[in-house]
Amino acid sequence: MSLLDLQRQMAADLMRPLAPGDRLNPKTAAAYIKPNDRLTSRERLEIYSKSYWYRLLDSLYEDFPGLRAVVGQRAFGKISQAYLTDRPSRSWTLRNLGSQLEEWLRLYPAYAGARLKPALDMIRLEWAHVEAFDERADAVLGPEDLLELGPAMRIGLQPYVRLIELQYPVDDLRVKVSAASDDHGTASNAVLKRKTGGLVRRISRMKAEHIFLAVHRLDFTVYYRRLEAEEFRLLSGLRAGLPVGEAMEAAIEESPLGVEELRGRVETWFAMWAEMGWLCRWQS
Amino acid sequence: MPANRFNGFTDYGIGVGLRIPHYQHILEKKPVVGWFEIISENYMVDGGRPLAILDQILEQYKVVQHGVSAYFGSAEPLNRDHLRRLKALVKRTKTPWLTDHLCWGSVDGRYSHDLLPMPYTFEAAKVTARKVREAREYLEVPIAVENVSSYAEFHESEMTEWEFLNEVVEDADCGILLDVNNIYVSSRNHSFDPYEYVNSVPPERVAQIHIAGHSRFQKYILDTHDHPVIDPVWKLYEHAIKRVGPTATLLEWDDLIPSFDEVHAEARKAEKYLVAPALVTP
Repeated sequence: MSLLDLQRQMAADLMRPLAPGDRLNPKTAAAYIKPNDRLTSRERLEIYSKSYWYRLLDSLYEDFPGLRAVVGQRAFGKISQAYLTDRPSRSWTLRNLGSQLEEWLRLYPAYAGARLKPALDMIRLEWAHVEAFDERADAVLGPEDLLELGPAMRIGLQPYVRLIELQYPVDDLRVKVSAASDDHGTASNAVLKRKTGGLVRRISRMKAEHIFLAVHRLDFTVYYRRLEAEEFRLLSGLRAGLPVGEAMEAAIEESPLGVEELRGRVETWFAMWAEMGWLCRWQS
Repeated sequence: MPANRFNGFTDYGIGVGLRIPHYQHILEKKPVVGWFEIISENYMVDGGRPLAILDQILEQYKVVQHGVSAYFGSAEPLNRDHLRRLKALVKRTKTPWLTDHLCWGSVDGRYSHDLLPMPYTFEAAKVTARKVREAREYLEVPIAVENVSSYAEFHESEMTEWEFLNEVVEDADCGILLDVNNIYVSSRNHSFDPYEYVNSVPPERVAQIHIAGHSRFQKYILDTHDHPVIDPVWKLYEHAIKRVGPTATLLEWDDLIPSFDEVHAEARKAEKYLVAPALVTP
């Protein structure tokens, strides 16, 4: 057996799902793995198989606590296993493991049942969280750079600022989930039970709400900041590389706000973005 | 033998693996540590906290990079994105040498994120050595490969693990990161003499040594890095030091991580073996 064939065989075997019905045929493992005086060939291979599944399931578990809260632990386990079976990791880093989860769940909506829409929103938010944590930060535009601000100028948005639209207020929920998780090491069982119960009630009562969100970081901590629709569109336009004038026109096109009010808000937004270091030089 | 061309002619002493739970302690207390080993992939990102912390560490400490995803033993070519990011990190840390494992972990673009064992064949040795050479030429830094713990052996193998290691490092002309805990773990899992392994390693190629703890199960030993180093591993380490000379030594502790002081104290137990050992030949 060539090196490539052996590695293909072993990868296929250790990436098989762990369910009892999927257990490897002993003859398959025995064909290329030696037994020893304590373990069969299959048992030796299963050490690697279990390690593979625990490592990858753990990684999704850590990256998507909000999704766990939305769909429940049991459904989350099924989603994770099915997703990893269908979309094995294609990256050298586990950081990217959840990058296709939203797309995958759209193809297999039954896994999320009645909570599909908030589940998709939560995945989008949690993936943006992963990106905001370690994306690049470019040199910040200072006040002197903004003095030359004109309609033909292009301004960049920091790569770590992620702009997303949501149909449900999953940002609030994700903050609560994180807080409950942080409390886990210190709070009493009674307090934890009360908080967990509160989360379940919050999810079951969650009502649709159109939200524009910036997921960004400050002092290396990821934050969520809700945006006005016009602010979101303006930032999206800047990110797409539109000159400031065109981005503003696109942003206010459907706005019910008056020109004067919009002008004031735009000034406030730019000042705030500059203060938070969101603006940088535009790069094609 | 401590300083050789495989560790950039450095003379590093005892180091500790840099781990997230210790960041705050290290940056605030500034403990005296010979050097830190970082997991390269944890810092192969574009920005954020990992790189900010690393830059602060680099201001005060010597850092050596240790990778987990190069997969020199995979039949497929090296991942160019991985290499590009690794090179950027090498420039940042100025690591005098770089290590990764003698293992495979990906095939047809699918990643296991594990250190999978090699079949000890001449074909595998040739493929692995070629990839180590390619990586070294691109990265422009000495490379040492680490022997891994393993739990399976292949019918295809044509030689022992230590013969395979020697075949690869001679062909690639690279260094060895000798993990004595891994030798011990594999010796128990595969019933070989760990001293025969150590005695077979070319001492002039040993760039660095790893020590760690492991977990014992009923039928096998797992390399968990979640315990102190056990006495038989210290004895094997002592033997390795007598054979290769005082060599840069790193304690790995990756799970159930205790306080920094506890980890550092465990690492410093290596001092008594590093002070002027009488070199022996097998």
